[in-house]
Amino acid sequence: MTTSVLAAGVLEETIRAFFQGLPIGAGFALVAMSFVLTYKTSGVFNLAFGAQAFISAAAYFELHTRRDWPIWSAVLVAVLLVAPVLGLLLERLIFRHVHAVSAVAKLVISLGLMVALPELFKLAVDYNREQPFGAVGIIPDGTAVYRLFGRYPVTRDEIAAFAIMVAAALALAALFRYSRLGLRIRAVVQSPRMTELNGVNADWVSSGSWMLSSLFAGLAGVLLVPTTSSLGTVLEPRGYFPIVIAALAAAALGRLVSLPAAMFGGLLLGVVTTELRTHLPRDNVILNELRGSALPYVMLFAIIVFWPAIRRQIAGSDPLLGVAPPPPALAAANRSRGMTVYTRIMALAFFTAVGIWTFGYANNFWISRITHSVIFSIIFLSIVVFTGLGGQIALCQVTFAAIGAFTAMQFAQRWDVSVIVGMLAGAAIAAAVGAALSVPVMRLGGIWLAIATLAFALFFHDVLVKYGWVGGSLFHGRGVPRPQLFGVDFSSHKNFLVLCVAVLVVVGVLVILVRESSTGMALRALRGSETAAESIGVVSWRSRVIVFSVSAAIAAIGGGLLAMEEKQVSYEANYDPQIGLFWLVVVVVLGARTVEGGIQAGVAFVIFPVLVLERWLHLDGAWRFVLFGFAAISFARHPEGLLEHGKRRSQAAMQRLFTRRPPVAAAAGAGGAAGPGDEP
Amino acid sequence: MTDAPATAAAEIAGPVPLSLPVLELRRVNAAYGPFRALFDVSLSVGEGETVALLGRNGAGKTTVARVASGLVEPTEGEVMVDGNDFTKARAHRYAKAGVVHVPEGRAVFPDFSVEENLTLAFSRTRDRAEVREALGRAFELFPPIAHRRRQIAGTLSGGEQRMLAMARVLVETPRLLIADELSLGLAPIVTDEVYAVLTRIRAAGTALLIVEQHIGHALALCDRAILLDHGAITWQGPSDEAARAVGASLFDTSGDSKS
Repeated sequence: MTTSVLAAGVLEETIRAFFQGLPIGAGFALVAMSFVLTYKTSGVFNLAFGAQAFISAAAYFELHTRRDWPIWSAVLVAVLLVAPVLGLLLERLIFRHVHAVSAVAKLVISLGLMVALPELFKLAVDYNREQPFGAVGIIPDGTAVYRLFGRYPVTRDEIAAFAIMVAAALALAALFRYSRLGLRIRAVVQSPRMTELNGVNADWVSSGSWMLSSLFAGLAGVLLVPTTSSLGTVLEPRGYFPIVIAALAAAALGRLVSLPAAMFGGLLLGVVTTELRTHLPRDNVILNELRGSALPYVMLFAIIVFWPAIRRQIAGSDPLLGVAPPPPALAAANRSRGMTVYTRIMALAFFTAVGIWTFGYANNFWISRITHSVIFSIIFLSIVVFTGLGGQIALCQVTFAAIGAFTAMQFAQRWDVSVIVGMLAGAAIAAAVGAALSVPVMRLGGIWLAIATLAFALFFHDVLVKYGWVGGSLFHGRGVPRPQLFGVDFSSHKNFLVLCVAVLVVVGVLVILVRESSTGMALRALRGSETAAESIGVVSWRSRVIVFSVSAAIAAIGGGLLAMEEKQVSYEANYDPQIGLFWLVVVVVLGARTVEGGIQAGVAFVIFPVLVLERWLHLDGAWRFVLFGFAAISFARHPEGLLEHGKRRSQAAMQRLFTRRPPVAAAAGAGGAAGPGDEP
Repeated sequence: MTDAPATAAAEIAGPVPLSLPVLELRRVNAAYGPFRALFDVSLSVGEGETVALLGRNGAGKTTVARVASGLVEPTEGEVMVDGNDFTKARAHRYAKAGVVHVPEGRAVFPDFSVEENLTLAFSRTRDRAEVREALGRAFELFPPIAHRRRQIAGTLSGGEQRMLAMARVLVETPRLLIADELSLGLAPIVTDEVYAVLTRIRAAGTALLIVEQHIGHALALCDRAILLDHGAITWQGPSDEAARAVGASLFDTSGDSKS
């Protein structure tokens, strides 16, 4: 008797969770479909999608909630005007010009936009000026509750979200299946030039499809306002992140190209989420976390790693790619001897000057800034190793840095062991975690590797940090001491700076050794062509596991030093995964291919916002996100980094100035050396 | 044709046509990034004329074809279509003006089905019923792809992909067809069929610019031949004189070193 009552109770709960899950799933589905739409219409794995959704939502919020526009006009402007114009601008100014670049380069560009766009919008409308207001959805009286079958509550917002999602799915299906425009949009993604040969203006189609996908992003953003800001805060891009991640998981189910898979995937994930929240036992800590915000990250990671379709994805290539000018040759990354000498002389002069000033004249503020620069240079060398040498994008360096910081802290506080030992232990742990992580994700490569590592970083951020054995207790775990080593006390600012510089030198040499080693050579071969490299006996997974571990260890060492410098682990300020995205952008913009590129990035990351933006230009520090974010666009043309590019130009100019000899004409063999794919 | 003696510079502009040429290249230079591919190439194709563009690997034939269809913009010189300046025009304008290009290799949309590939080409100027009718004719021309109409083009064999690429243009009669290495990857018997189709559309009044390494078919089909080497025109003249010139140029290996 009691069991049947219990069973009835469970059934009741299950059905209730189902109806609660559907509208959440509808939100996921809408975003997932827009993702698929963006990918299908632009070929870009557009991480900036969340930013586009946010801008429309924030425009709506600004107009309706803050300026009291009626809902309909605010929606009209935010969705039908702001969103398509944004899409058009992105296409015209950026993506039209990078059609032929690699998927990884496009990913970097979209990462840059993801960092830059929301900040630019906020600066433009002075978004942070007032105290928070609760944002409301676009459905009048959206929180009104109805009862399905007389018992299961749903709000009007939820019904609307579901209905709009279904309508959008049908409209998209019709567009791609039946219309001429749909066929042309898909054609342009595969090959704009082939499309042109068919008499279709590919640029127009491309602009149109970006406007359309941006419209969808805006629609999704505005529809999801009630879900993202239920706590009555100002609408923030951060609110869209979990939804975008869940939607990515749904879109990944259909390899980013199947609209039905994205739709059903989204609904499924919504329902599974609520069912798990209802039914998972509440007495287990890990399962409790899973019930909370961690679920999307776990799902995304699991889907990318285990869903067989992901591995089957073949990158379709444009048959007329050979028409484009060849990309800058990899050999261009190998500098000339003169360039190396030139660089070293300049560096020596610079460091001597900075050294004299720092130790002779600088106050504690500037010494601390310079120590930060040195430490971030170390951390960024981990990106140099992985992205510069390995040619892949990983978005979890920030997690490894956090592991280094926490380990140093735990060793010092729990066992009273030297922080240096703690830091090295942290490096070992990070290397082990990196190696373990690299096994499932390495064979993915490209964008999937980036997404899987991002999912891992978010999982660490949302779940693992909360455990005592990882993050200590975030609110009491302060007090990371400065180290003592061989009887030398490094607690003063200047002494600690000396220690950091020494570590930087050691790590820099280590990076160069890795680069020159057989592993480094294997990596260079792999980034040229994996198939070709494997055909001559390069074992791809071994090199990649090594490089991932080394990179993780370097990040952890930097993280440990940062904790010592600040005498605490400022997790939120330093190790948030979204900051990690910005790290990557800064490094690839300035030069991910060389040790000095990493150092320049470290200096720029710390000094630029303080010195240039705030002191000299009197600008908001947020401009750094905008500037570096947009600078990421340059990665497509100058993968060696802007500074390296600039140096080469300045060196070439000096050479011309001094030698007065015309540069060697590049007309090597006239037609004989024409572009790749010119003739078979 | 009223060809002048087959020597160098004076000849470069080609014969003086009675009407405006469909396509004219005037002292065209072209480059891929730092690599220069064409040097002062001038040629013209008149109304209904058939021209073979010959030369060895890397001579710049494909680049001429790309410039002539708007895929590559010349760094110097002019491209005229029917007397209008098309130098800066993009490829879709050439296609609309009736200058149609079949690129070399597997020039199909790899993710599209056979039918979608053709529909994209046909639907620009036709309504639904006419597209269906054009599809029927394409499949009549190339039976091997007819029973694969729903197959994804990227999974077709190389020869079938070539047929698909050609079916796109051969069902209509464009003003000028630029065909790049048509015979490449086709069985000899299929090559014969393709040239039979070309002969037919030539009879219908389409001008042809045929890029070929294998010169037998091309010379049989064409009125005139142009010989390219190292990105420059070295000879042009009537087809029946071409064999000798081609023989001297193509099979003379003493000048084979690429500077």
